[in-house]
Amino acid sequence: MSETHANTVSFVRDTMLPEQEPPVTERGVVKWVRENLFSGWLNSILTLLSLLAVWQILGHILPWFVNSVWSASSLTECRQIRDQVLGSDASSACFAVISDRWQQMLFGFYPNDAYWRPVLALILFGAAIAPVLFMSVPRKLLAFTAAYPFVMYALLWGGTIWGPLMVAAGFGIGYVALGLAGRAAGTLVGILAAVASAVIWWLFLAGPVAGVLASALPIGLEPVPSDDFGGFMLSFIIGITGIILSLPLGILLALGRQSNLFIINKFSVIFIEVIRGVPLIVWLFTASLLLNYFLPPGTNFDLMLRVIIMVTLFASAYIAEVVRGGLAALPRGQYEAADSLGLDYWKAQRLIIMPQALKISIPGIVNTFIGLFKDTTLVVFIGLLDPIGLTNSIRASTDWNGIYWELFVFVGLMFFVCCYGMSRYSQHLERKLRTDHR
Amino acid sequence: MSAISDETEQSFRLSMLLYDTRYRSLTIQVIASIVIMLSLSWLVWNTIQNLQSLGKDFNFGFLTQRAGYDINQRLVEYSSESTHGRAALVGILNTILVAVLGCALATVLGVIAGVLRLSKNWIVARLMGVYVEAFRNVPLLLWILLIFAIMSESMPQPRDFREGGDASMLFGSIAITNRGIYIPTLEWGAGSNILVAVFIASIGGIWAFRRYARKRQEATGEILPVLWVSLGLLILPSALFYFILGRPVSVLYPELGGFNFSGGVHLRNSLIALWLALSLYTGAFIAEIVRGGILAISKGQTEAAFALGLRPGRTMRLVILPQALRVIIPPLISQYLNLTKNSSLAIAVGYMDVRSTLGGITINQTGRELEGMLLLGGFYLVLSLVISGAMNVYNSSVKLKER
Repeated sequence: MSETHANTVSFVRDTMLPEQEPPVTERGVVKWVRENLFSGWLNSILTLLSLLAVWQILGHILPWFVNSVWSASSLTECRQIRDQVLGSDASSACFAVISDRWQQMLFGFYPNDAYWRPVLALILFGAAIAPVLFMSVPRKLLAFTAAYPFVMYALLWGGTIWGPLMVAAGFGIGYVALGLAGRAAGTLVGILAAVASAVIWWLFLAGPVAGVLASALPIGLEPVPSDDFGGFMLSFIIGITGIILSLPLGILLALGRQSNLFIINKFSVIFIEVIRGVPLIVWLFTASLLLNYFLPPGTNFDLMLRVIIMVTLFASAYIAEVVRGGLAALPRGQYEAADSLGLDYWKAQRLIIMPQALKISIPGIVNTFIGLFKDTTLVVFIGLLDPIGLTNSIRASTDWNGIYWELFVFVGLMFFVCCYGMSRYSQHLERKLRTDHR
Repeated sequence: MSAISDETEQSFRLSMLLYDTRYRSLTIQVIASIVIMLSLSWLVWNTIQNLQSLGKDFNFGFLTQRAGYDINQRLVEYSSESTHGRAALVGILNTILVAVLGCALATVLGVIAGVLRLSKNWIVARLMGVYVEAFRNVPLLLWILLIFAIMSESMPQPRDFREGGDASMLFGSIAITNRGIYIPTLEWGAGSNILVAVFIASIGGIWAFRRYARKRQEATGEILPVLWVSLGLLILPSALFYFILGRPVSVLYPELGGFNFSGGVHLRNSLIALWLALSLYTGAFIAEIVRGGILAISKGQTEAAFALGLRPGRTMRLVILPQALRVIIPPLISQYLNLTKNSSLAIAVGYMDVRSTLGGITINQTGRELEGMLLLGGFYLVLSLVISGAMNVYNSSVKLKER
C-alpha cells in the first residue's frame, strides 16, 4: 500500500495550514438566527408572526409611554401639555396621576403625618422575616420575629401599647402553663392546660389589666381607625398577616387530614373541602354580611379583622392540601425510621417528617402565597380601599375623571414586582435546599 | 382540666386514658368532638338569638316571591315578573355558561402556550414566557377591569358603523363595538328539526366508521381513508337535506338600525371581558402545567419516536402528549375549579351571574342574607364537587394501567 502511495502522490504538504474561520453561515449571529429562528418553514412563520405581534404591541405602547407627561394636576392639564408639546393627535400617557396621588395609592387615607409608621413597620418586617428566610442571619433575631406581630399592630393601629402587650402575655402564660402542667402530668394535659389558661387570660383578664395599666402609665401612639387604611399598605397587611397565620394552620389541617383519628380526620376533610369549594369572594361577603349573626348579640368587630380571618382560613385550606401532597410524597421508610428511633408523634413530625414534606411543597406553598396576595384585591367588593378600589375613587374626582390605563399599569406593575419576586425567591430556595446530589 | 389530672392520680384505670396509646387516641377524639360540638352549638345558638332579636325567621319562601328586577342576559325565559328562584336559575346558568366557555378557551390557550414555551424558536419561547409571567403575577381582577376598559373605551361606537363611518364589520358579519360584540346567528325555520337529526346521525356515522376503521387496521393492517370519509359524512348528508327541505336554516346577520345593532347575537362587554380575562389568566397557569407535564416525560421517549421515523409534530401528538396527560390532568382539574370559582368576579363588570342575582340583588331586596349566602355557597360547593368528580373519573380512565 505504501508503495502505491509513494508512486501516485508527487507532493505531500509538510506544514500545517492556519485554522480558518468557519463559513459565515455557520458562526456567530447568522448561525444563531438560522438555528433558533429560521430552522424550518414552521419556525420561520412563527418567528415572523411573533415579530409582527411584538412590532404591533410595542408600536402602540412605546410612543404612549415615551411621550408620557409626569407633572400636571389634572387630566385636562395633561392634555394641554401634550397638545403644546406633541400636537393633539399624539398618543401620550398621563402618569402625572401617579405622581399626584402616589401617597394615596400607597397609604390610602392614613394620616399624612403618620406615614413613618407603616414605613417603619415594613422595614421592621424585613428584619423580622430575615432570620426565617436566610440562614446566615443570627438566630437570636428569631425572638424579634416572634414579637413582631404585636409591634406591627401597635405601630399601625396605634393606641395604647398595653393592649398588644397583654395579648402577647397570654402566649407567655400559656407557655408557663405548658411547662408546669406538662412536667406534672404529661404533654397532653400540658397542652390542654396551656390553651385553657391562655384563653381564660384573653377572655376575662387581659382587657381589664390592660385598662388599668393604660390609665396608670399611658404610653402609646395616636390611634388610627381601620377605615383609614388603604392602598398597597392594606394589601400588604392583609397579605402578610394571612400568609403568616395560614401556614401553621394549614400544616395542622394537613396533619389532621393524614391522621388516623376518625373524628379529627373527617373534621379536617370537611373543613378543607367546604372552604375550597366556595369562592373567596363569597366568603368575604359572608364575613361582611353574616359574621354578626354567628357571634354573641352586640358583638361588632372590625371589618378588616374579619377579612384577615377569612383570608387566613381560605389560604390555610389550600396550604393544607399542598402540605398533604408533600406528606404523601415522603417514602414510608421515613415514618418508620422516626418510629424506630422512639420519637413521639410531635417530635417525629418536627424533626423528620415536616422539614422534608415542607421542602417538597415549597413551590405549592409559594404559589398559594402569591395567589393570596393577589386575592387581597377582592376586598374592594366589601368596601375596603385596596389599590383597585383607590383607582375608582381617584377616577371619581373631577381632576382625574376618565383616566384608566396609567392607574392599571401602576397597580399591575406593583403586584407584578411583588409576586414575581416571591416566585424567584421560591426557586432560589428550591435550589438551596436541594439535597439530591445530582 | 385540673379535674382530669386529679382523677388520673387517684385511679389507675383513668390514667390509662392518657398514657396508654390504646386509649389515648380515643380520649383525644372525645375531647376534640366535645370541643367541636360546643363551638358549633355556640355558633348556632348565637345565630338563633340574633335572628330572634332581628325578628327574622329562617325559611326559603322568598324563592317563590316575585323578583321584580331585570336581568339583561338570560339563557332561559325570564322577566321581572318571575320569581327569585327563577332569577337564581338564570344566574346559575350564566355562571355555568362563562365557566364552560372559559374552560374551553383556557385549555386551548394553555396547551398552545405551554407547547410553544418549549419551542426551539427563541423569540416564540420568550414571548410565551412573557405571557405566562405577566398573567400569573397580576391579579385577575385587574385583567378583568382592563379588558372591560379596552372593550368599552377603545372600541368604535355603533354609529361609527354607518355609511361613511370609521369602523367596518369583520368579514361583513361581526361588529365589535363599545357596547359589545354582535355576531350572526342561525334562524331555525320549519323542517330544521329533521336537519339537526340528520346532522347528529352523520356524526354518529363518523364515530362508527372510525371505530370500524381502527378495528380493520388492527386486524388486517389496511388503512382506510378516515379523514376524507369523515369529512364527506359530515358535510354531504346535511347539505343534501338542507336543499331537499328547502333551506330551513338561514343566517341572521346583525344589522345597524337606529342607534344600535339588531339581529344576531349580542355578546355583552361584561361577558367578553370576563370570558377573555378568565381564559387568559387560567391559560397562563395551564401553560405551566402543560410545560411541566411535557418535561416530565423522559427524553428517551422522544428519541425512540424519532428513531421510528416519526416527525416532531407527530411525536408530540402521538407519543409525548398522551403520556404527559397523566401528569397534566390532576392539576388541570384544580385549574378548572379555580376558573369556575373565579367567575364570581363577574361582580366587577356587572355580569349577572349567580352571585349577582341570588347573592346580590335578591339578598338586598328580601333581606335574607343567611338563606341566600347558604344557597350560594351550597351551589358553588356542589358545582366544585361535580367538576372534580367528573374529572377524576376521566383521570382514572387515562391512568397508567399497571398489572
